[in-house]
Amino acid sequence: MLRYIYANELHRFPKLGHTMFLDRADQFRTRLGWDVHVDANGEERDGYDDLNPLYVIWENPGGCHGGSMRFLPTTGPVMVNDVFGHLTGGSPVVSPLIWECTRFCLARDAGSNVAAALMLGGGEIMTGFGIRHFVGVFDARMVRIYRAIGSSPEVLGSEGEGRDRISVGLWEFTPEAQKKVAERAGVSPELSRLWFARDFGGGNRSKLAQTG
Amino acid sequence: MLGQMENRVNLDQITTELDDTCALEDLQASIEKLRDAFGVDHMVYHWVDSAGEQYGCGTYDDEWVQRYLVKQYLRVDPVVVGCFQRFHPVDWKRLDWSGKPARSFLADALRHGVGNQGYSIPIRGPNGQFALFTVNHNASDEDWARFTETHGRDLILIAHFFNRKALEFEPGRQPEPARNLSPREVDAMTLLAMGYSRAQVADSLSISEHTLRVYIESARFKLGALNTTHAIARALSRGLIVV
Repeated sequence: MLRYIYANELHRFPKLGHTMFLDRADQFRTRLGWDVHVDANGEERDGYDDLNPLYVIWENPGGCHGGSMRFLPTTGPVMVNDVFGHLTGGSPVVSPLIWECTRFCLARDAGSNVAAALMLGGGEIMTGFGIRHFVGVFDARMVRIYRAIGSSPEVLGSEGEGRDRISVGLWEFTPEAQKKVAERAGVSPELSRLWFARDFGGGNRSKLAQTG
Repeated sequence: MLGQMENRVNLDQITTELDDTCALEDLQASIEKLRDAFGVDHMVYHWVDSAGEQYGCGTYDDEWVQRYLVKQYLRVDPVVVGCFQRFHPVDWKRLDWSGKPARSFLADALRHGVGNQGYSIPIRGPNGQFALFTVNHNASDEDWARFTETHGRDLILIAHFFNRKALEFEPGRQPEPARNLSPREVDAMTLLAMGYSRAQVADSLSISEHTLRVYIESARFKLGALNTTHAIARALSRGLIVV
């Protein structure tokens, strides 16, 4: 299932959080060879994890991480502006309606549905919070994966070669794309909306109405 | 009437006035005009910094504002608790009002003229600064859902315009460099100001329309505008583009 968790709530899901940071180390350092920091616990974290980002995480039946991505609004410090500004027209992209998506990660054993499920979660965020665009940083391998699930980003700029190639790109979610992604994820749009509603409240409507 | 905007021009004028404001006191006049333009009962901007200092402006009764401070409701207010350290807009219905302190706080708020519906936008500023922008009204769930669906994005932008303005009045603060348009944004806004369509602009800049939309969205925010026409007018009047 999909979970939407702010960093400061991650301690409530210790196994999920730990395995997410382990899988990030596995993907970005071991498999891609990126120069990322891995701590004594084997967890890959960077400074943006300290800014209380919102994670969208696919949780496997055993409670372990299957895949994840990380969101921050572009009104604050974000990787696309701090590190990759030269790839986005030399300027900060800044708007509360544009969020950055980074550290898109899949566990080694993740099924082909997991990437699609994460994209489905991205669509829920756009619809639920009025977000117009995601701007993301991703590696070369992800380009193929995104294409396979029918949600290709539009590349704004790239640098590096081969497996070191890093791109900055944009996603949008049309209703048609969302439907296609839901099919690939094997998750009904109704269930997806329920997961979103569960993590962002919505169960307290009657209580407020009674008091009001 | 709820959400019955008199016209967009009015809203553009108010956001221009807000952007041109040179005194903290003027924020109060802006928020009252915005409240009227959106046809809601209340609109409130509430700033809390890392030292726990509070500043606010808005349309709640003075008596309620004083009571909120005296009773230290900041600690139990589910809106503050639910929005702190977050960055997604929150409908009050989605918050946890189940605890006893929260329930008695709500009852007290309603007694003091606070409406039953709310939509709050958390804003993260620099150095642990945090602010909340809230729209409050008495309405049915259906009417409120329609209102937030229609105006949510405008309200999110306005919330950030307010915070940006409030931060400008902080003593010793540096001007915000992020408000300069990038070369790409200048090109896009200039061509739009010359009357070219989006397709033509995208074509001349050799970018897709999707990419162009991102540049326009970013430029709109930097210019303190809710729509592209207004953003172009602001860019022209501030001398950022020349046609």
